[in-house]
Amino acid sequence: MFRSEKKREEAPQAADGPAIVVKNLRVNYGAREILHGINFEVPSGETLVILGGSGSGKSTLLRTLVGLELPSGGEIWIRGKNFAAMTGAERDELRKKMGMSFQSGALFGSMTVGENVALPLREHTSLDDSTIEIMVRLKLDQVGLSGFEDYMPAQLSGGMKKRAAIARALAMDPEILFFDEPSAGLDPIIAAGIDDLILKLKKAFRITIVVVTHELASAFLIADRMILLDKGNIVANGTTPELRASQQPRVRQFLDRIPEPELTGEIDYLQMLTGENPPERR
Amino acid sequence: MAFTETIGEATITGLAYVGGLARLTGGAARAVFIAPFRGGKVRLGRAVHQAMAVGVAALPIVSLISFFVGLILALQGAYELRRLGALQLVANAVAISMTRELGPLMTAIVVIGRSGSAFAAEIGTMKVNEEIDALETMALEPVPFLVAPKFVAMMLMVPCLTTWADLMGVLGGGSFGVSSAGFTWATYIRATLNAIAVRDLLLGLVKAFMFGVVITAVGCQEGFSTGLGSEEVGRSTTSAVVKSIFLVVAVDLVFTAIFYFTAAK
Repeated sequence: MFRSEKKREEAPQAADGPAIVVKNLRVNYGAREILHGINFEVPSGETLVILGGSGSGKSTLLRTLVGLELPSGGEIWIRGKNFAAMTGAERDELRKKMGMSFQSGALFGSMTVGENVALPLREHTSLDDSTIEIMVRLKLDQVGLSGFEDYMPAQLSGGMKKRAAIARALAMDPEILFFDEPSAGLDPIIAAGIDDLILKLKKAFRITIVVVTHELASAFLIADRMILLDKGNIVANGTTPELRASQQPRVRQFLDRIPEPELTGEIDYLQMLTGENPPERR
Repeated sequence: MAFTETIGEATITGLAYVGGLARLTGGAARAVFIAPFRGGKVRLGRAVHQAMAVGVAALPIVSLISFFVGLILALQGAYELRRLGALQLVANAVAISMTRELGPLMTAIVVIGRSGSAFAAEIGTMKVNEEIDALETMALEPVPFLVAPKFVAMMLMVPCLTTWADLMGVLGGGSFGVSSAGFTWATYIRATLNAIAVRDLLLGLVKAFMFGVVITAVGCQEGFSTGLGSEEVGRSTTSAVVKSIFLVVAVDLVFTAIFYFTAAK
């Protein structure tokens, strides 16, 4: 933790520039284009919330940002480096500075919570066991899970799993944290706890945070900036107050929770997913 | 036309599958044999853990099955040999069939059931739970981290288990020989040692090694190709078992044929 704080002081220019720059990003699944040329920036130390309904492409966008999907076009610059064009060791180096908390937590079921948090440290550093043990305790402490080192993930509640996953994402002192639906499947009280934790982490470590969610309350609480995705395009991009005041019909519909006429047929569904007219059927 | 198309398509699919297995095996081999010399991490602990699960834990069931198979071979052999008045050859029959064929094959079947299916289930579950994605975002490649230790464990443990199975099979045959065919343990063991050549044992062990590679590759490949949803894990596991059994028998055939055609006339 202290190490990375120091690093930031040494390289102020890098810290001042945007942490993430996405230029004209396109992603395909097979022949189907999911994201049609996305552009945005995330300033260092700020929290970006990516909003969007089901099938808007927000999960695909997140998976592409962390390198789980390859873009079919465009660029992703992370900390001044073209992440999407990198391969091998270079890409891995940059990945170590990024932490990801998955929707389901994605803790390794065969390892204890402590071993889960220790894994990146064991694999990527040459720290000795006692140092790693101290760091694991520290990380679990930061997410409010002190004393749960020896529990198996299956023994934890949904909210605790998510906290443990955040501790693991924090293990390497990341400069950027990604969250996929942090409050999915949690009751409102537990979800609010996770929001608090995200705010706390942001304040304490000045980490750049990218959150994908469709929970409006949580989004407005944690976001500095917001993007609204719809059918693979950005329909709104701005600071939280800007978005709240936006008069754009699609934004209003999303924020005011105005229902859309229900989808009835397969064609409608495909259209919603792709934003295009599906090919004529034989 | 449709018939040839079907055959062509099946051939291409089959070749692509074997290609996938080869790529996985190559990736694991690189992680085991090359990466450590280029400053890569050696995950000995994970390999040892796998070896215990794959090898040591399988000893009781492998012992029992091989003992029974040896006994069955002796009974079946004796039935025919007795009519020819050559009951003393029962030791040879058991020794040769065990070391060349049934030791490696029965061990492989047990290992497929215990470990090949477990690999598919483990990796499949990890895939469904986003754990494979999590590994990637932590800059940990799934093949060196998950697959390579399994390969190391299987390449070492399947030949070891096979050797043990050979021994247990001989003991099974011996228990018949001693009780009903006029052998003592000493004469039975001596007859067995006279019957087997080093070449037989070696062939068995080479086969066992290859079986280990095939079972690991198929188990892991099926795990990685698991789709979304937990029912897919069951499908991968079943598929891993069926494909492993088929490929093990195919590999067995290839090696036995090579052995036959290269044997001194």
